[in-house]
Amino acid sequence: MKNTLDIAQAWRSDGEPLVHIENADLMPLPAPLDNLAMDRPWKPLSAQAKEKYESGLDDTCAVSVPRPKNEDEERRLVAQFLAGLEKLFTADNNWTFLQPLLLTMEHCTHCQTCAESCHIFEASGRNELYRPVFRSELLRRLYFKYIKHGGLVSAWQHGEIELNWPLVARLIELSYRCNLCRRCAQSCPIGADNGLVAHELRKLFSQEMGIAAKELHEQGSMLQLKVGSSTGMTAEVVKDNIDFIDEDMSERTGIEVHTPWDVEGAEVLLLHNAGEIMAWPENPGAFALILNMAGVNWTMSSELAGYDSINYGLWYDDVQFARVALKHAEIARKLKVKKIVLGECGHAHKALCVVADRLLGGELNIPRESSLTLLRDIVMSGRIQFDPARNDFPVTLHDPCNLVRLMGVVEPQREVLRMLCPGFREMEPHGVNNYCCGGGSGFAIMSGHNFPDWRFQVAGRKKMQQVLEAFSDCIGPETPKYLCAPCSNCKGQLRDMLAYYKLWERNRILYGGFVELIVNAMVDVKPGFLEWEWR
Amino acid sequence: MTVAVYLSIYAGLLVFILGSVLRIVQYARTPIHLRWELYPVPHEEGRRAEHGGSYFESGNWWARPRRPSRIGELRAMIPEIAFLKALWEFNRGLWYASFLFHGGLYLTVATVLLLFVSIALPGAAGGTTLFWLHALYNVTGYAAVAMTLMGAMGLLFRRLADPELKNYTSPADLFNLHFFIVAYGLVAAGYLVRPENSAGAAECIRALVRFDTSVRVGRGFGAGLILSSILLAYIPFTHMAHFIAKYFTYHLVRWDDRPNVRGGTIESRVAGHLARRPTWSAAHIGADGEKTWAQLATANPAAEVRK
Ligand code: SF4
Ligand code: SF4
Repeated sequence: MKNTLDIAQAWRSDGEPLVHIENADLMPLPAPLDNLAMDRPWKPLSAQAKEKYESGLDDTCAVSVPRPKNEDEERRLVAQFLAGLEKLFTADNNWTFLQPLLLTMEHCTHCQTCAESCHIFEASGRNELYRPVFRSELLRRLYFKYIKHGGLVSAWQHGEIELNWPLVARLIELSYRCNLCRRCAQSCPIGADNGLVAHELRKLFSQEMGIAAKELHEQGSMLQLKVGSSTGMTAEVVKDNIDFIDEDMSERTGIEVHTPWDVEGAEVLLLHNAGEIMAWPENPGAFALILNMAGVNWTMSSELAGYDSINYGLWYDDVQFARVALKHAEIARKLKVKKIVLGECGHAHKALCVVADRLLGGELNIPRESSLTLLRDIVMSGRIQFDPARNDFPVTLHDPCNLVRLMGVVEPQREVLRMLCPGFREMEPHGVNNYCCGGGSGFAIMSGHNFPDWRFQVAGRKKMQQVLEAFSDCIGPETPKYLCAPCSNCKGQLRDMLAYYKLWERNRILYGGFVELIVNAMVDVKPGFLEWEWR
Repeated sequence: MTVAVYLSIYAGLLVFILGSVLRIVQYARTPIHLRWELYPVPHEEGRRAEHGGSYFESGNWWARPRRPSRIGELRAMIPEIAFLKALWEFNRGLWYASFLFHGGLYLTVATVLLLFVSIALPGAAGGTTLFWLHALYNVTGYAAVAMTLMGAMGLLFRRLADPELKNYTSPADLFNLHFFIVAYGLVAAGYLVRPENSAGAAECIRALVRFDTSVRVGRGFGAGLILSSILLAYIPFTHMAHFIAKYFTYHLVRWDDRPNVRGGTIESRVAGHLARRPTWSAAHIGADGEKTWAQLATANPAAEVRK
């Protein structure tokens, strides 16, 4: 299986999968998942799915691209792809990332240093298909042949490639086998960026061909632009939910909690990932409690998209990305707030604080800050009393790539955990060298067909290994353990993975956010805020 | 032979410089991109550079003065340029051959510079200085050839022997390494067996500068120099020009964390690009070649169905 995949197979015309993975091929996991019998068998892709959708890459299907009906349609799709490829390399269409893309296309030395850094490649048992440069190499050859018009010299210099529909269909899927975590880019001696290649491919498919994972597009950025949130919640529903959360928090903590809405001139506009409100209500509740107790003048917004910080365009479409980022900034401008603070959502942090920075000119350039920084400042200010003994259980911290490697927020969360959690222990490696949870780039919300099997078994495997190793001294069910993930998407992925492997049931590993640990340690809060219940 | 050697060296150098400048201009003229930095960013202040933190770790970061540390950047750049630190850390198996190869190239440049110094020194500089210079460029010269040859052979062996590299080795990759081996081999062999009455390295350089055709360059040595000149001219047109690319990938991508400030240069540069007129075809983009990027970004494709 390993290292047998010739790159020319990528344009093989039979449309059959290029690789098949068995559990036994995968990177071994530590106890208690060291026994193959504990590993779940993969659900095979159904016959209907195979017949209906392009699934010529591997054992799964992420994007569900319908198979073209005939050769004419195939030719039309290939022509569309080629048109998109040309646009990808023009400044008018792709000024946003042209420079790093060109550098990556033209200077990879094929040294394979990046391969050792990629958790997907490693976890797959070093399957050639998931090598970071496998995908990039296909785009690179297309670039030299069709954009630089290198002819025979191009084939000699950069390798052969044949553009046909099976190749395009495989590239669509392959662009969704990368978490965009950019760990590979960190180790590249040249500074080439294979994560960017996956990002640019997704962009080409979305912006030119209208092809994207439905969870990111129709049910993601489009729904957010339509009703205000990818959860489908309207402002009224969100306000109702928050009222309920405030009530529940007040009861659980013994402290009156109230969330302010649309306060003009507030110091802080807090943007939550609306998924928190639905799935983990204690998180926005804990934020409200802390900000109120610290005397922060803050508000939430009920404007369209103002109550959902997500920006899925970050992963597949620059225009959709800009639309949502501009909405967030515009809401802050209208409310005349002093700054925007991002709740526990990694990609929302990176989207609004980093990647959108240069798009926000003039009055839209409103300061943006991480909640982790603000919370650290509050905790360290002495305004609130804490009793770390309340958090005396093993805690480990997952570093969301978007917050850490891609934004540089590394220490604030650690300063708090070191102060409030006596059982805090790091995963290895951590900080900017962390591994993605396997849910990055939208995977955490993508559950079509048997994609979750791939997401947990391959993409999330390295993280699972890290978690189990971090708790190896207390892995038994007698010790409840807390896996802290200050990011909604990471939390979703970790929840699904812990459930998949039954690690809450069997080993008492619970996942949760960051702010909950702060509230749990607050002296003024009724003890037992953390309920150690699976959700 | 002598004239052919001179012409090829001048031409090779000229094409190398022009090719490199073209690359630099090509990258420098591509639009400013959206921020895409990657931590650690070594110019961050103090401890932050060590743990990979950014100014986002400070509350109200925009109200604090930002002092990117050039020393911090140098601390990252020097080990990377001189010792290929990233390879050492992440791909030790490749580092040995790659370090020999790159070290050989650096020493080649150093040797040429030392040769220029030696011919530029006034006679008054005295015999001792010249003696030491002569000794030094001999050492660097021989070391350069030995290291480059060993490195290139090591890299070639790895390309041929490692099945993981098969997919990613084009005929040109093998050709390039052979090219180095043959060019360096010929220069070294030609130099060592040159006829007694032919020019040595310093004489060649002196004569080259003056275009003095009365000097005799040995055939083998001359052929090596011609081949090396062609190699030099070829480099900027291959991925081997990564010595240029690395400036951009590090300084303008990985480490470019400059925040956009109101009324600043970033804002005005980006404003120009927001006026571009994209032609993407997907329906939700709504591009028609007339609407600007800014207009598309402020449109809402879902708005018409909004209740
Ligand atoms: S992307 Fe970088 S690390 Fe990976 S093969 Fe290319 S040059 Fe080497
Ligand atoms: S960005 Fe992450 S997932 Fe994608 S190839 Fe690189 S290391 Fe692998």
